[in-house]
Amino acid sequence: MARVVAAMSGGVDSSVAAALLAREGGEDEVVGVWMRLHPDGGEGYEQNRSCCSPDAADDARRVAQLVGIPFFILNLEREFGARVIDAFTDAYLDGATPNPCQACNQYIKFDELLRRGLAAYDADRVATGHYARVAEDGGSYRLLRAADADKDQTYFLWVLDQAQLAATRFPLGELTKPQVRAMAAELGLPTAAKPESQEICFVPAGDYRTLLEERRGYAGEPGPIVDADGARVGTHTGYAHYTVGQRHGLGVTLGEAVYVREVQPASNTVVVGRRDDVAARRFTAEGRRFVAGDPASERFEASVRIRHRGSDVPCEVTLVGDDRFAVETAEPVWAPAPGQAAVLYDGEVCLGGGRIARAA
Amino acid sequence: MSVYLDHAATTPLRREVLDAMLPYLAEHHGNPSSIHASGRRARLGLDEARETVARLLGAKPREVVFTSGGTEADNLAVKGAAWAASARGRRVVTTAVEHKAVLNACSVLERFGFEVVYLPVDRYGSVDPADVAASITDRTVLVSVQYANNEVGTIQPVAEIGAICRELGTLFHVDAVQAAAFLPLDVDELRADLVSLGAHKLYGPKGAGALFVRQGTAVLPQLSGGSQERQRRAGTENVAGAVGFARALGLIHADVSAREAENERQATLRDGLIARLTAVAGVALTGHPAQRLPNSASFVIDGVEGGDLVAALDLEGIEASTGSACTTGSVDPSHVLLAMGIDPERAHGSLRLTLGRGTTADDVERTLRVATRAIGRLRAARAGVPAAASA
Repeated sequence: MARVVAAMSGGVDSSVAAALLAREGGEDEVVGVWMRLHPDGGEGYEQNRSCCSPDAADDARRVAQLVGIPFFILNLEREFGARVIDAFTDAYLDGATPNPCQACNQYIKFDELLRRGLAAYDADRVATGHYARVAEDGGSYRLLRAADADKDQTYFLWVLDQAQLAATRFPLGELTKPQVRAMAAELGLPTAAKPESQEICFVPAGDYRTLLEERRGYAGEPGPIVDADGARVGTHTGYAHYTVGQRHGLGVTLGEAVYVREVQPASNTVVVGRRDDVAARRFTAEGRRFVAGDPASERFEASVRIRHRGSDVPCEVTLVGDDRFAVETAEPVWAPAPGQAAVLYDGEVCLGGGRIARAA
Repeated sequence: MSVYLDHAATTPLRREVLDAMLPYLAEHHGNPSSIHASGRRARLGLDEARETVARLLGAKPREVVFTSGGTEADNLAVKGAAWAASARGRRVVTTAVEHKAVLNACSVLERFGFEVVYLPVDRYGSVDPADVAASITDRTVLVSVQYANNEVGTIQPVAEIGAICRELGTLFHVDAVQAAAFLPLDVDELRADLVSLGAHKLYGPKGAGALFVRQGTAVLPQLSGGSQERQRRAGTENVAGAVGFARALGLIHADVSAREAENERQATLRDGLIARLTAVAGVALTGHPAQRLPNSASFVIDGVEGGDLVAALDLEGIEASTGSACTTGSVDPSHVLLAMGIDPERAHGSLRLTLGRGTTADDVERTLRVATRAIGRLRAARAGVPAAASA
């Protein structure tokens, strides 16, 4: 008999994933775990914050009760603070665009849950409510897109290695979101009609500037907004308040809409350009990881995705050194932002990826 | 069958207690304040319960205020007595290791302008009565000290502190919630003016308890409403709860030698558990080695997160605790362990095993076996060895 840890966020997807495991898992024993990532609200306050609030813990607990599995809370506040929240603020301070959901998946949902969770619960595997599939072929594992292309979450999962994939289950991989919602309703789960979580769970109302100030003491110092030729066209409130591709909040018009093209921390400068200036056909990614190890060939065809639910663009990939790869796309991609993941696919197979590097 | 070693969190209801309560949950439905026969019948149960509790405490029936449990009793004692005496002074003395029911009641007083002194403890969690004496001023209206600590089991020198309070003319509250299943409760021997008790820590029902309020001691009610409980606690009385509480208290305290024999039995099992678990490297006892509740074994375990260990034990059928009944998975280390000078990192590795009337030698054996294995596994995972490789 194997024991599976079902990571439960309190949302509909992980609720159904846990329910499916519990009801159809056969011999496997399922243990529900909610990861606590934030401290509680103050005394006397009812908190209602997206996916990681005490409300969510209550929902997850209720689902665990209904499907009849033990339920525990795993405290990962410290790890989340260091690896997700601090990394988020530091990306902005570095002039890059953070990717907190991916960091949370990588460090919290997989690294920590697999390392600490499996030991605590003496389990063999972790299951999550991600939309993705794992295929095993003679002891090697491949990460495949979800059957529901709309919901596919491999963009966040490209960092998983062979050992992690071997210990991971995605019970929703073959299902569509409407099917999942229908199952939740059928099972009578309280989370059936819960809205999708959209905003970043630790940035209330999407205002990350407050977080930069509270967490890193960055208040922002006004500096120049310049065009591609270096001519000053406006003033910004602090470089870290801007990300590549941003259009709103610049207070600059050059006869047509302008977008942030580059953020330069050293000189506290924000470079803007017209829509076409922000697109690129060539960029480099660093910190590369391939699900099945480095490809045999140094140069290969693939398709690349540079944002969740973005489109896949055919490209040629060239491995550079031990850590990087260069991408040349068949058509320009919109705003490849330093810090964001560039994820490579071969059809249904997620090959791996890297983080977009600052232009040299 | 799982092994329940979390009697400090709550205890199972004794059959005799349930039997005593059932008539008051079923046929005797009346409101004890009603004039009619049903009301009188309910009142009979309540009055008898009050007499029983009073007798066991060496108190008068009028000195017993039934509450919804230990937390309410603590709130009524601390906030109620401090407010009632506030014309005379606004200083309260307590300790750093009290239950949250006392500490958070104190912090509410602070918000309203009271000065609260939190006395330190030594490495065993013991308060020095000399510190209490030194902290009492003319303006001090209340001293509140627990009889025994809920997390580490350390027994405080309450009678000695009570004598000091009496001599210096300040009210003395004893939070006896955790100790009441084991230790003598004579309020005169404790030299206490206020004593908190909770039924579910002594094989009674949840939602019932009492505060002893020495005659002549004023408390401002914390629940306003009708004139029940001599205007110290409004609300229709929980008759079945009070009856169950009285029965549970009687089953323990009516026969002193039986109580002591059971204490001795649990202490012997507990001593074996402590000796063998502390023989594992990196496992240390917390709390006083001798002055501790007979059922209490508490530890800090290096290289282990307490919550993880408790989950691991549970999945093997051993029900334990990190130190207090915590449902939210808070990462804050225990205020009790920190006050004892244990560093925060070590305090994360806390484990509390509290025995009970049903605990057997086999239970202890099984617990030791499972705990030793789980500790090894968790330490290996922290060191970065994959779970599968360490199995």
